[in-house]
Amino acid sequence: MLGELGQLALCFALALSLVMSGAGLMGAKAGAGIHAELARRVATASALGLLVFVALAFGTLVTAFVTSDFSIADVANNSHTLKPLIYKITGVWGNHEGSMLLWVLVLSLYAGAVAFLQRGGERLTSAALGVQGLLAAAFLLFILFTSNPFLRIDPAPFEGAGLNPLLQDPGLAIHPPMLYAGYVGLSASFSYAAAALLVGEEGWARAARPFMLIAWMALTCGIALGSWWAYYELGWGGFWFWDPVENASLMPWLVATALLHSALATERSGAFRTWTLLLAIGGFSLSLIGTFLVRSGVLSSVHAFASDPTRGFFIMVLIVCAIGAALALFAWRAPTLKGGTSFDTVSRESALLLNNVFLVGSTAAVFVGTLYPLALDALTHGQQKISVGPPYYALTFAPIFFALLLLVPFGPQLGWRRGDLKASLRMLSPALGLAAVAALVVLTVASPRFVTGTLAFAVAGWLIGASILDFLKRRGARAAAFAAALAHAGLGVTLMGVTATSLWRSEALDVVGPGETMTVGPYTLRFDGVTQVQGANFQATQAHIALMDHGRVASVLKPESRVYPVEGQEVADTAIRTTGFSDLYLALGDNRGQGRWTVRAYVSPLAPFIWLGALVMALGGALSLWGRLRIRIGAASPAVQPAE
Amino acid sequence: MRRLVCSLLLAASLGSAAIAAPVADTFANAAVETRARALQRQLRCLVCQGESIDESQAPLAAELRHLVRQQIAEGKSDGQIKQFLVARYGDFILMEPPLQPDTYFLWLAPFVVLLGAGGVAYWVIRRSRPADTTAS
Repeated sequence: MLGELGQLALCFALALSLVMSGAGLMGAKAGAGIHAELARRVATASALGLLVFVALAFGTLVTAFVTSDFSIADVANNSHTLKPLIYKITGVWGNHEGSMLLWVLVLSLYAGAVAFLQRGGERLTSAALGVQGLLAAAFLLFILFTSNPFLRIDPAPFEGAGLNPLLQDPGLAIHPPMLYAGYVGLSASFSYAAAALLVGEEGWARAARPFMLIAWMALTCGIALGSWWAYYELGWGGFWFWDPVENASLMPWLVATALLHSALATERSGAFRTWTLLLAIGGFSLSLIGTFLVRSGVLSSVHAFASDPTRGFFIMVLIVCAIGAALALFAWRAPTLKGGTSFDTVSRESALLLNNVFLVGSTAAVFVGTLYPLALDALTHGQQKISVGPPYYALTFAPIFFALLLLVPFGPQLGWRRGDLKASLRMLSPALGLAAVAALVVLTVASPRFVTGTLAFAVAGWLIGASILDFLKRRGARAAAFAAALAHAGLGVTLMGVTATSLWRSEALDVVGPGETMTVGPYTLRFDGVTQVQGANFQATQAHIALMDHGRVASVLKPESRVYPVEGQEVADTAIRTTGFSDLYLALGDNRGQGRWTVRAYVSPLAPFIWLGALVMALGGALSLWGRLRIRIGAASPAVQPAE
Repeated sequence: MRRLVCSLLLAASLGSAAIAAPVADTFANAAVETRARALQRQLRCLVCQGESIDESQAPLAAELRHLVRQQIAEGKSDGQIKQFLVARYGDFILMEPPLQPDTYFLWLAPFVVLLGAGGVAYWVIRRSRPADTTAS
C-alpha cells in the first residue's frame, strides 16, 4: 500500500511540475490580460500542489523506513529493525534513492516559497516558477526512471541489510538536509536569474535575495557540519581533506558568496547586472555538477551509494541541458541589459568586484583541482593518473583566498559610488594594532614558529578588529547593518582555528597496557583498560583513559571501537574533551594482545574555532535575512495606499 | 569517508593488521622521525581515497611506510625516495602533483583565471568611472 501511495504521489507531482512550468512560462510571456492572470494563478497553485505531493511521497518513504516495510527494496537494502528510530528516519536520505527524493523535496519547498512570497513583479515570479517547475520535472523524471525509492521486492526479506555505520551519527543525520537546503536553495536564484533574462525585468536581485541568503547560510552550516563530522567520526583529528566530495560543496559556497556580494551592488545601483546573473547561473550549475560528481559514482566514496551508469548519464544530460539552456539564454538576452550607474575607482562597487575576482580565482583552483585528475585519466585512457592532494590547494587556493581576506575589512568602510581609502585606513588603524598584537602573541606562545601561522593570525586579528570597529561605527543602527561585520568576524575566527589546528596540533600514538601512561602535548593520560558495552545495534569496546592532573584523575575519557554485526563493520567512536580553546582528542586503535591497545591522542589548539567561526558567519547571514523580512513587512503598509 | 574503503580492507585483513602498526618502526632520532612523518604525508596510500600513507590503516600503506623508513635508514634523500616510488607506482603516489607538461594546466589555471578576472574587473572599473574624472 505504502509503495503505491508514494509512487502515485510522485506521478501527481510530476504532472503538477509540468503544469507549473507551462503555466509559469505562459504567465510570464503574455503580460497583462485575463489569460496571463489565469496562467499565473495556475502556476502558483501547482507550485503549492507540487510541494504537497512531494511532501506526501517523502512522508510515505519515512513511514516505510520507520515501520520497517521490507517489501520496499530501498528500505530492505538500507534499514534494519534494530536500528534506533532516529537512524531509521535519517536512513531515508542515507541512500541514493531517498537522498534524491530529499533533493526534490527541497526543490519543491523553494518553489512553494517562491509561489507563496510572490517577491518581485508578477511576470518575474511567474517565469521563475516556470523555470523551477522545469527543474522539478527533470529531477522527478530522474527519480521515477532511474532511482525510484518505492520499487517492491518479492518476496520481502524478514530483515533489512542495515545502514553504513559511519552514517549512523547525529551529525550526519542533519548534514545532508542542511547541505541540500543550500545546494538546492541556489535553484531559486537560478530560476529568478533565468526569469529576469526571459522577461527582462530588473529588481530580480532584490526578489531573490532572501533565497540567496538562506541557501548561503544552509551551505555554510552544512559544510561546517560535514567537516565537524569528519573530525570527530573518522578518528584522525583532521577536519578537511580536500576530498572531491567536500570540494563539490565548497565550490557552490564560494560562488554563492560571490553572488551575495555582487547582488548587493546590482540591487543598489544596477551595477554588474550581467555578472550577477552569470553568478546565479554558475552557483546552481556547480551544485548540479557536485550532485553529478557525488551521485554518478565517478568518485567512489561513501557518498556514491551506488554506481549505476544510467544514473550518471541521466544526470549528465540533465546538467548539460540546464546549464546549456541557461547560458544560451544568457548569451541571447544579457547584451540587452542596461549598464549601471557610474562609480569611482575607489568605491564599494570596486571593492565588491575585487571580492568577486578573488572568489572566482579560488573557485577555479578547487574546480581544476577536483576535475583535472578525472579529465587527465579519461583523456589518457587511464595511462596517466595523478593525485591532487592538500599541497596543491595550499599553493593555489590558500594564497588567493588569503589575499581576499587581507582586503575584506575595506569593503564595508568604502562608500557607495565614491569611497575614501585614506579615511577608511585611518578608521581601521586600531585593527592593524590588533593584528600586530595577534602576531606577537602567536610568536611568543606557539612553538615552533611559522611565518604563515604568524601572518594568518595577524590577518585574523585584522578581520576581527575591523569588525569590532564596524560594530562601534554603526552603533544604534538596525540589526541588519551588523550582518557584514558579523560574517567577516566569523571568517577571522575560522581562520584562527584552521591555522592553529593545522600547524600546532600535537599527536601521540602509543601502545599502552592497563596502568601505563602516555603523554600528548601538555597532558598525561593513564590507560585503565577496556570494557565491553552493548549498544542498540552495535557491540563496543570502550577504553577508560584517565586524564591526570598532578597524580589525580581530572577526568575520564572513553573512546570506543564499535562493531556493527549487521553491516559487518568496525567504526571508531572518538572521545573529545574540549576547553573551548583546545581539544583533547582520543581514538582507540587495535588490540595488541595481553590487554594492550593502540591509542591515538591529539591536542588540537583552537579546533572549536573552526566551526564556531562558520556559525558566526551564518548568524551574519541570518541578521541580513531578518532585516530583509522586516523591511518587507514594513513596506507592506504603504503599498496598500494607491501608488502615485 | 574514504576511510570506509580502508576500514573494509582492514576488516578483510584483521589478522595481518598487527604489522600495519607504525609504532613498530619509529626512529629514535626525533629529527629523522619528523622527516619520515613529513615524507609520509606527501605520499598517497594507493588503495585509499585520497589518504596519505601517514594516516592510512591499509596494509599497503604500512608496507609503504616500512619502505620509506628503510630507504631513509639507508641514507637516501627525500627526492631519491620519491623518485624511486614514482618509478614504481607512477605520479599517482605523490600528494602534490609534479609540475610537468601534462600538469601545466592544473597548476596555472587558477592564476590565469584570477588574472583574467582581475583584467575584466579593471576594465569594468575604468569604464564605470564618472565622466568628470575620466576626462583627465
